Amino acid sequence: MTDHPVSEADLQAYADGELPEERRAAVAAWLAAHPDDAERIESYRRLAQELRGTYHGVLDEPVPERLQHVVRPARTSLALVATGIVLGAALGAIAGWQLHSMQAAPVPAADGAALLARRAAVAHAVYAPEVRYPVEVRADQEAHLVKWLSKRLGTQLRAPKLESVGYSLMGGRLLPGENGPVAHFMYQSDRGARVTLYVRSDMGSNRSTAFRYARDGNVGVFYWVDSKLGYALSSGDISKEDLLNVANAAYQQLNPP
Amino acid sequence: MNEAQRLVELIPRLRRYARALVGDRATADDLVQDTLERAWAKLHLYRRGTDLRAWLFTVMHNVHVNRVRAARATDTLEDEMPELAQRAPQGDALLVRDLDRAITRLPAEQRAVLLLVTLEEMSYEQVARTLGIPIGTVMSRLSRAREKLRAMMLGQGAAAKLKLVK
Repeated sequence: MTDHPVSEADLQAYADGELPEERRAAVAAWLAAHPDDAERIESYRRLAQELRGTYHGVLDEPVPERLQHVVRPARTSLALVATGIVLGAALGAIAGWQLHSMQAAPVPAADGAALLARRAAVAHAVYAPEVRYPVEVRADQEAHLVKWLSKRLGTQLRAPKLESVGYSLMGGRLLPGENGPVAHFMYQSDRGARVTLYVRSDMGSNRSTAFRYARDGNVGVFYWVDSKLGYALSSGDISKEDLLNVANAAYQQLNPP
Repeated sequence: MNEAQRLVELIPRLRRYARALVGDRATADDLVQDTLERAWAKLHLYRRGTDLRAWLFTVMHNVHVNRVRAARATDTLEDEMPELAQRAPQGDALLVRDLDRAITRLPAEQRAVLLLVTLEEMSYEQVARTLGIPIGTVMSRLSRAREKLRAMMLGQGAAAKLKLVK
């Protein structure tokens, strides 16, 4: 029937159209004489078809925003990359490659920071309206709180003093973050406005970012990255200007010049 | 077109594969999100001119393996999943539903190979590269996955659907 015995691998490859042309006819001939195997291989082909049919719809679904967001950094970053490529082309291929890799690198960090802001906004929206249990450990045990959170995050933390801008520490809690623990401090003004400070210690970059502002629903967030530490200060109660004022005070204590 | 744009274009395919791999939509999109974040952070490790899709699926595979490992550490119910219900065939909708459930019951390493070959229509060599395994292993896993899936589908009384008309 054929020069070479037909192996199971041949049959699988036949079902997938992976068989070289010259071998295909031989396997087809062999299958014609082995109806049981022919039926089995045909069922494999159908299975593949059914599978593609089953999941085809996913390709046409709109991509959720949270997924687009990951690869769509701030426009400026993309523009920078593009500039790098154009400049690189002018300078020659090798220079272009270097420029590209140098300028593309900051993008992930910027994006990680945006994610930080989003998580912080969610944490704020969840805990700030809480009446009975806004914090896990109250400010009367501040030393214990800071020590505990520092230990869990693996780095020395500080709860900034924000009395100068009208806010006092209520306490804090431990939160699960992207890859590990997150520290969450809550502050309140005499008028009952609350701001929360979200601190991650796993930003994993050696860079620092500028101060940025993001808005998620009605929660405004100022955030920045200081090497491996990521900070985000959120509030839904006060204006952007007032929040900036608080954020500046926190920033100056946490990142002394 | 730069890598970022191509990455965005590949998201629907990542989602399709993830959906088949883990079953439900939310978990699948979580996997895609983790994959994209990792890929985005590691983009400098991608060698330009090589197959970005294969690279991305490699990232997804690694992320998936890590997620499964982490989940195992906290979830011991894995082996106590109820057996697939034995039901009479009731048309295509049922078959489709059962097919996706049957797939999630395949051993993970076989499932990955089967899906890359059938859904992504990768060549055996691309699959081998993507998963970092020899081509012979790709073929043996593929063969076992198909046989198992066929047995499961037959067990559900879907034999007629899969039978070759003689």
